[in-house]
Amino acid sequence: MPTVTDLMISARGLRKSFGRPGEELEAVRGIGVDVRRGEAFGFLGPNGAGKSSTMRMIAAVSPVSGGELRILGLDPARHGPAIRARLGVCPQDDTLDVDLTVRDNLYIYGRYFGIPKGEMRDRADELLDFVQLTDKARAKVDDLSGGMKRRLTIARSLVNRPDLLLLDEPTTGLDPQARHVLWDRLFRLKQSGVTLVLTTHYMDEAEQLCDRLVVMDKGLVVAEGSPLELIRTHTTREVAELRLGVAAVGETHDALAAQVSDLGERVEVLPDRVLVYGHDGDEVVAKVHERGIQPAAVLVRRTTLEDVFLRLTGRTLVD
Amino acid sequence: MDAAAGLSVREGLGRLADYWVVVYRRTWRGSVISSFASPLFYVLAMGVLLGGFIEADPDTLEGATSYLAFVVPGLIAAHAMQTAVGETTWPVMSMWKWNPVYPSMLATPLTPTHVVTAHLGFVAFRLATTCAVYMVVVAPFGVFESWWGPLLAYVAQVITGLAFAALVYAFTVRISSEEAFGVLFRLGVFPLFLFSGAFFPIANLGEVGAWVARATPLWHGVNLSRMLALDHVTWWVAGVNTVVLAALVVVGWRLSVRGLTRKLVA
Repeated sequence: MPTVTDLMISARGLRKSFGRPGEELEAVRGIGVDVRRGEAFGFLGPNGAGKSSTMRMIAAVSPVSGGELRILGLDPARHGPAIRARLGVCPQDDTLDVDLTVRDNLYIYGRYFGIPKGEMRDRADELLDFVQLTDKARAKVDDLSGGMKRRLTIARSLVNRPDLLLLDEPTTGLDPQARHVLWDRLFRLKQSGVTLVLTTHYMDEAEQLCDRLVVMDKGLVVAEGSPLELIRTHTTREVAELRLGVAAVGETHDALAAQVSDLGERVEVLPDRVLVYGHDGDEVVAKVHERGIQPAAVLVRRTTLEDVFLRLTGRTLVD
Repeated sequence: MDAAAGLSVREGLGRLADYWVVVYRRTWRGSVISSFASPLFYVLAMGVLLGGFIEADPDTLEGATSYLAFVVPGLIAAHAMQTAVGETTWPVMSMWKWNPVYPSMLATPLTPTHVVTAHLGFVAFRLATTCAVYMVVVAPFGVFESWWGPLLAYVAQVITGLAFAALVYAFTVRISSEEAFGVLFRLGVFPLFLFSGAFFPIANLGEVGAWVARATPLWHGVNLSRMLALDHVTWWVAGVNTVVLAALVVVGWRLSVRGLTRKLVA
């Protein structure tokens, strides 16, 4: 059982609603979450699941509508400035000042925390080095690539040496190289003892970075655990993908699915393939062939967090 | 200051000072040209060239010995209003819409009270410099009657600007689209600029019109600025003018803090 001081974030029945009384929109509908010191914790969920609303409440910039929330053991309604003094925030949309240079963005932001000028100058140089932007120190923010801007935002979120770092979709819109550089920096921060809380809808990112995570859907937590636990609990070890080509108009692959439904724990029908979830994918494929079914191609793979995610939150498009 | 209770306003302003110094360093060149050029153009066109056609008894010009002397103090008060409105419309909206600096400020221990006060403080500084430049530019035209009058008039002009800055800031944080600024300029700023007594005595508007003019914030600024500059002061009226302007500053500031809180801390 974690002690109270180990709890960086503790939420019970946490709610957030927007709009006028009577016609509120409930973005977060009663969630319970504990984040311990030193862990990397993820909020996963499709768009509109309530991740960003939750993050804004944790960042102490959005009042709680209901339930209880403690950040670093403090109540955000009463101790907002004290909490924010110890947080690092990397928002979903870059809020860098495009009119300032890269270095000034760090310097000015550090001054908001009351860091003395001389100390902040040194710290800005250290942070630029940490995010590999030293040679861009005098550049305008507008001249940076998307990946560089994100790195600068991360550097900026570290100016006050935070105990808790909040990252809202840190790698959305970045190319693979930029994502890996960013992950590497986040690993290092984690190693140095910073507690990370991030939202993402990239499953590989969650698997790479998170010790523990919750899956949110429609304002509620629908699953919680380590990536491995979630995979074990919510899906099988492997999946056999039977690729069949796109079904003709008005037809589906349901008939075929019926023929293989006993081969796995669960069968999912998609427009171009049938997924059979089982413990041994190769065995599933062998039995499919024994029954005289000849898919255009087969693929046996380990299940991932993405399978869990789609199972829990559905394949319907969320806008 | 107790860390749990947050930062004092003074402490917060200190932390925001560097930001506004950087902003000023970046923008002062552009503002210097307009600070010098526009007063000069206005004084030449309205005061000297148009005013040359106007022969009037000082009694009908609220005590001014020439139209130039009449129009200058009002013009500067009106100019303060325009500067204030210019500084609190697009530049304020930009702070969350086009270059979201406010959200980054509010992610730190700073609060909307600090953010609003620092921004209005910057506008006050801009008003203080532009009005000072204006006064210096017009001084050689011999329009002032005493040495202390223009100094007090200058303070009145800055407060006039600040009242508009606070009110328009409160307006800007309550709208979602910049299209509303068009309405503000057409129905607010231009009518005030033209009919608040800057260019002609409000007595010319007739009994009812004069009272309507007296109900507008700009008239209080124009009247105070002119009375002081011409050394033709009715002190109880000056007191009313000052109280009204100061009250507008306070009310506008409070509405601004509340509006920004609703907009960004929701």
